[in-house]
Amino acid sequence: MRITQGTFSYLPDLTDEQIGRQVDYALGQGWAVAIEYTDDPHPRNVYWEMWGMPMFDLKDAAGVLGEIRECRKVHGDCYIKLNAFDSTRGFETMRLSFMVHRPATEARYKLRREESAGRLVRYTLERA
Amino acid sequence: MAESIDLKALLAETGVGEVLDELDRELVGLAPVKNRIREIASLLVVDKARAALGVEGAKPSLHMCFTGNPGTGKTTVATRMATILHRLGHVRKGHLVAVTRDDLVGQYIGHTAPKTKEVLKRAMGGVLFIDEAYYLYRPENERDYGQEAIEILMQVMENQREDLVVIFAGYKSRMDTFFQSNPGLGSRVAHHIDFPDYTVEELQAIAGKMVAGLGLKLSSSGREALAEYLELRRVQPNFANARSVRNALDRARLRQARRLLEVGQVDADMLMTIDGADIRASRVFDSAPAP
Repeated sequence: MRITQGTFSYLPDLTDEQIGRQVDYALGQGWAVAIEYTDDPHPRNVYWEMWGMPMFDLKDAAGVLGEIRECRKVHGDCYIKLNAFDSTRGFETMRLSFMVHRPATEARYKLRREESAGRLVRYTLERA
Repeated sequence: MAESIDLKALLAETGVGEVLDELDRELVGLAPVKNRIREIASLLVVDKARAALGVEGAKPSLHMCFTGNPGTGKTTVATRMATILHRLGHVRKGHLVAVTRDDLVGQYIGHTAPKTKEVLKRAMGGVLFIDEAYYLYRPENERDYGQEAIEILMQVMENQREDLVVIFAGYKSRMDTFFQSNPGLGSRVAHHIDFPDYTVEELQAIAGKMVAGLGLKLSSSGREALAEYLELRRVQPNFANARSVRNALDRARLRQARRLLEVGQVDADMLMTIDGADIRASRVFDSAPAP
């Protein structure tokens, strides 16, 4: 199962050059870029691990791409995403977030159905 | 593909000529420095033409070392260099990140590498200016973390040549020892540019530009006093060329302000003029033998 999350989730995976262009755009907007990784890409898992600190005051994508490469080397079996944070008052939130790496064998999830009181049915996504 | 290329037109197209002319106009003296910068600019233009004609070559290594006494314009020239390299397409963004030892070297084990890498990441796409670079290397302490910073620097200078240009700056003699004790680093720096001390005439021209920049002017007695001041100050210890001139002018402005307050009634011309007396009140004249 191909796991998708965030911006560009309906597109094929971005190449490094395309990632670089996106990073350049984010930096041009004054957003701080951060890299996160996880082995549990469940849509409800918002706690991904940080790969170093968010990168402030960058001017060029080369630094971010270097970090992505470094992170892939160490956590090649994880999902890696890139976040761009806008600190402008009123936003103060993530403006762009997309996956930059997925492991060779993707995580699998199954849908579990549970009978509850009355005829109520509950569904949960569970790691297969 | 074009058969021949007009280099002059290519140079004009990049707009680098303006920066070079600006450099000539705004920076007094420094003839060897300007020559070298023109050479580097020409090299990059020729490389660009080569690329346009389909002759691919490796990007030249443009890491530099600026040596010279304090106040000879190393930082100013580095800023211009960043603009020039950007216009010629050698660096992508053209900003300057100026750092010293404190920004690169950490305080405990494991602190240096992330610190140095962060600075390098910030400088990517532009120019990294390391002022007083010889402080990175402390031979008296073999466990000093500076060596770690140097090694990371060297690696990036070699492998990511297209991502950033590193400029080292500092006193000539200490820079030479620094490169001697770090031969790997020295061999990666292709351009060694020496900034000569300014002559009195050049210092005067600099002062003239500074005064004009502040919206002031020197009276004729002020000009005379400044020339004498510079002669005396130059031979004294801790003379920092253009920076000393700036400081002297700043102090002269203070004295002028006090003088004007004592006068009470002033006009625009008086407000703008720095007089001989404002400069002659300096301590530099006290230590001089009576004429």
